[in-house]
Amino acid sequence: MTDRTDTVTTNGQTGAPLWLLAELTYRCPLQCSYCSNPLDFAAVKEELDTAEWIDTLTQARAMGAVQLGFSGGEPLVRRDLETLVAEARRLGFYSNLITSGLGLDESRIEALREAGLDHIQISLQASDPDVAAAVAGSRKAYGKKLAMARAVKAAGYPMVLNVVLHRHNIDQLDQIIALCDELGADAVELANCQMYGWAQLNREGLLPSREQLEVAEATTARWRERLAERDRDMRLLFVVPDYYNDRPKACMGGWGSIFMTVAPDGAVLPCHSARMLPMRFPTVRERPLREIWYQSEAFNRYRGDAWMLEPCRSCDERHRDVGGCRCQAYLLTGDPAATDPVCDLSPDHHLVEAARREAERDTRSAGELTPRNAHESRVFCRS
Amino acid sequence: MSEASIDGRSVCRLRPGWRLQWEETQQRHVLLYPEGMVQLNDTAGAILAQLDGQRDVDAVIATLQVQFPDAPPAAIAEDVHEFMVDAAQQGWIHHD
Repeated sequence: MTDRTDTVTTNGQTGAPLWLLAELTYRCPLQCSYCSNPLDFAAVKEELDTAEWIDTLTQARAMGAVQLGFSGGEPLVRRDLETLVAEARRLGFYSNLITSGLGLDESRIEALREAGLDHIQISLQASDPDVAAAVAGSRKAYGKKLAMARAVKAAGYPMVLNVVLHRHNIDQLDQIIALCDELGADAVELANCQMYGWAQLNREGLLPSREQLEVAEATTARWRERLAERDRDMRLLFVVPDYYNDRPKACMGGWGSIFMTVAPDGAVLPCHSARMLPMRFPTVRERPLREIWYQSEAFNRYRGDAWMLEPCRSCDERHRDVGGCRCQAYLLTGDPAATDPVCDLSPDHHLVEAARREAERDTRSAGELTPRNAHESRVFCRS
Repeated sequence: MSEASIDGRSVCRLRPGWRLQWEETQQRHVLLYPEGMVQLNDTAGAILAQLDGQRDVDAVIATLQVQFPDAPPAAIAEDVHEFMVDAAQQGWIHHD
């Protein structure tokens, strides 16, 4: 998820959670090897029911949340999605459905529209069905996604397509952008996959080379010029993989700053990958959302800068990037308070460089990576 | 969609799928769009709130001049015109 909310990170005073990501379910018909869901997602059995979700939405809206993402897993798996969308609209949310397109058809698009859904974002895996099938583990997904992208456009929705880029599809970028253009997209997120969840597990088999990345950036720049010449309003947002940056991103605009995720079982998280951190997050079944956001130990732990270690603690840039990503720090160093090793000032930056070198030696095809599915997930489930 | 084509007779409307909304907790208007939000100042909020896709820029100016009698009418007209050009460039609004 790319956050484009134009908000300045607050230091000191905790502001409202403007963004709520509602992960309705971890169930999904696809098996993308770069999925950001937790590895042990299969351990989550009891999803929040309709009434619990409505209560959660109501609480979040009262706290000031206004942007709402329905995500997952595949949110269309939930039969009550239309009910939740209608409730979200009544409450005054701007609601975004973040979907693979599977489970969608013209009548459901119409029903969601009537319920007041504002936007549907469909993900594409590639510009050709073979690569798409190898990445997502489904042969029929590609055609279905294109049909649904067209239907979403025809229904008058703003169309944002999301393409997760990695070494197996990044060389097709020219054709991918051409396809998005042909589909009539208003905006395209060309998001190099970040290494969380299943992507972290498959990291060496996903990370592109620097050369691939440079070609992709040049392709994007060329397309931007070409689109401008045609007066075609299709925005291209290119997200560089963290592993090729020398400064970390200001992850989520800061921990517990503007963004809140509620996971399928009601766990409240500062981002969608934080639940693998070695800490406990309260759930909406245990405590009111307001209390979790403003008072819980989990949400306060990495707010502000008092928690920072060196080199962040004395760094002039610490308020610009808030020390980077806590999840990335933990995944790479074992310490969630460490400086994000993406930063070349981090004493652990060599871990990122080592991962890039290991990726160069990885010869697996897209189909040989570990698929994200319940069977594989059980390996990671603690009983 | 070029800026030069906005004049008093232009009818402006929010970009399709975008929504203007007063946020009580933020005490301001916000412009909501796919996965994003523009937090508007008072002037921008007041102008965008007048866009109904029916009335032209001159009519919007006239309404705002009544709404803000203490502000010089010519300044309001200038502010509105400048804002519309800028908003069109940013892609917030479309116009005929």
